[in-house]
Amino acid sequence: MSQQLDHAEQQRGGFSSRKVFILAAIGSAVGLGNIWRFPYVAYENGGGAFILPYLVALLTAGLPFLLLDYGLGHRYRGSAPLSFRRAHRSAEGLGWWQVGICFVIAVYYAAVIAWAARYALFSFDKAWGDDPEGFLFGSYLQAGDPGVGLDFVSGVTVPLVLVWVAVLALMVLGVQKGIGIASTIFIPILFVAFISLVVVALTLDGAATGLDALFTPDWSALTETSVWIAAYGQIFFSLSVGFGIMITYASYVGRRSDMTGSGLVVGFANSGFELLAGIGVFAALGFMATASGVAVDEVATEGLGLAFIAFPAIINEAPAGALIGILFFGSLVVAGVTSLVSVIEVVISAMRDKFEMSRVGASLAVGVPAAALSITLLGTTTGVYVLDIVDHFINRFGILVVAVASMVALAWVFRRTGLLRDHLNRDGSVKLGRTWDVLIGVVAPAALVFILVNELIDNIRVPYGDYPTWMLNTLGWGLAAAVLVLGFVLARLPWRASTPLDDPEVVTAQDERSS
Amino acid sequence: MSAAAIVMMLIAMTVLWGGLAVAIWNINRYRGEEPESVHRDL
Repeated sequence: MSQQLDHAEQQRGGFSSRKVFILAAIGSAVGLGNIWRFPYVAYENGGGAFILPYLVALLTAGLPFLLLDYGLGHRYRGSAPLSFRRAHRSAEGLGWWQVGICFVIAVYYAAVIAWAARYALFSFDKAWGDDPEGFLFGSYLQAGDPGVGLDFVSGVTVPLVLVWVAVLALMVLGVQKGIGIASTIFIPILFVAFISLVVVALTLDGAATGLDALFTPDWSALTETSVWIAAYGQIFFSLSVGFGIMITYASYVGRRSDMTGSGLVVGFANSGFELLAGIGVFAALGFMATASGVAVDEVATEGLGLAFIAFPAIINEAPAGALIGILFFGSLVVAGVTSLVSVIEVVISAMRDKFEMSRVGASLAVGVPAAALSITLLGTTTGVYVLDIVDHFINRFGILVVAVASMVALAWVFRRTGLLRDHLNRDGSVKLGRTWDVLIGVVAPAALVFILVNELIDNIRVPYGDYPTWMLNTLGWGLAAAVLVLGFVLARLPWRASTPLDDPEVVTAQDERSS
Repeated sequence: MSAAAIVMMLIAMTVLWGGLAVAIWNINRYRGEEPESVHRDL
C-alpha cells in the first residue's frame, strides 16, 4: 500500500526544495491585488491606523487559514479534490468547487495580464496621449455596449494568445521545471523591478505628499466596522487562501518539511510586498496630485483605474515616465503570470489525480479550453464587461463562500483541525496551540461570514454596475452557483482503482508497524 | 510628511519587513528534511 502511495507521489511530481516551494507560494500570493488594491484600501480605511486591523487580520485569520491549507495539502498529498477526499469521503465536492472557481478565475485573469503587457509597450511612446481613460475604453479596448459579443480586438487578442502560450508552456514543463524554475527566476525579478519603481517614485516631486496621505493615521477609523471588514477582506483576498492553490502547492513539498515556518515567510513576504506597493503607488499619486495642483484624494484610485488610467497619466508627467511605465506594467505582468500559473495548476493537478492523466495531457486538456474561452469572451469589445462582472461575483460568492464552507466543514463537520495541527507541529519550527483551532473554527469563519453577508445584502439591494439583469444573472450569480453545483457533480465520478484514497500518513504508519 | 505619518510608516516597515526578516531567519535556523526523490516531472 505504501509503495502504491510512493508511486502516486512520483507520478504527481514536486518542488525540488522548500525554497522553491516558498518562492512559488509567494509568487501565487503576490498578485495584481497587492499592487493595485492594498494601497487604496489602506488609504481609504484609516491610513496609517489601518496597520493595526491589518495586522490583527493577518495574525488571526490570514496566517491560520494559510496554515490550514498547507496542513490539508501536505498531510493528504493531493490536489484539492483528492486532499478533501482523503480527509473525508463526503468532502470531495469542496475540492471540486475550488477547482471550478480556479478555472473561472484563470479565464479572465489572463486578460488583465495581456492588457498590462500591451501597456508596458505603450509606455515607450505614451500611446495613450493626453486622455488615458478615453484611450483605454475607446482606442484600446474598443468597448461597446455591455453584452457578450464576438467582435475581436486584435490589440487584446494577440497579447492574450501569447500569455496563454507562455502559461501553457510552463504548465507542460511541470511542477519543478515549469512553476518552480519560473518562480525562482520571476520572483526576484519582481522584487527588484518593484523596488526600482519605488526608488524612482520617491524621487518625484510631491512623493512625500502622497506618503503623508497614505500614512497619516485616522484613529477614529478603528471604531468603524467597515474598516475591520476591509482589513480581513484584504488579507483574505491577498493571500490566495481558501480556493485550492495552497493545498495543491503544499502537496508538492517533501513530507518532512517545516510548513509553519514556510507559512510565516510567505505571509510576511506577501504583506511586506503590499507595503512596498503602497509606498510606490502613493509616492507616484502624490507626484500626480502635485503636478495637477489638486489634493491626493482627487487622484487616488484602485484596480483597473489605477493601473490603466492613473499610472499612464503619471507616466505622461514624470521625468522618467517610460521607465516608470515599464517597471510598473512589467511588475504587473510578472506578478500576474506567477499567480495565474498557480490558479491553473489547481485545475491541472485535480485532473491528473482524478483521471490519472499525464502532465502534458492534463495541461492541454485544461489549458486549451481555458485559453479558448478566455480569448472568445475577453478578447472582444465586450470583454471588459465580462471581466468586471465575473471578477466581482466569483470573488465574493465563489471564493468567500467556499472558504467559509471548507473551514466550517473541516473544523465542525469532519473535525480535522486537531489532526492537521498535530501534523503541522510534527516538523514545524513554529508550534500551533489550541488557539489555532479556535481561530480556524470560529474567528476566521465569523469574519468571512460577516463580510459575505454584507456583500450579499449590498448586491441584492443595489444590482452591481449598470449591467443588464441577464448579464448579472448568468455571468454573476449563475456562474457562482454553477461552479458549486458542478463541483459536487464531479465529486460523484469514481476514482481509478489504482488511486490510493486513504490517509497517506496512516498508511505509512501501518506499513512501518507491519514491516 | 507629518511626524505622525513618518512614525506610522516606520512602524509598518518594522512590523512587516521585520516580521519577514525574522521569519526567514527562523526557517534558516530550523532545517527540516528536504524532499526525497519523488519527482517524475522535474
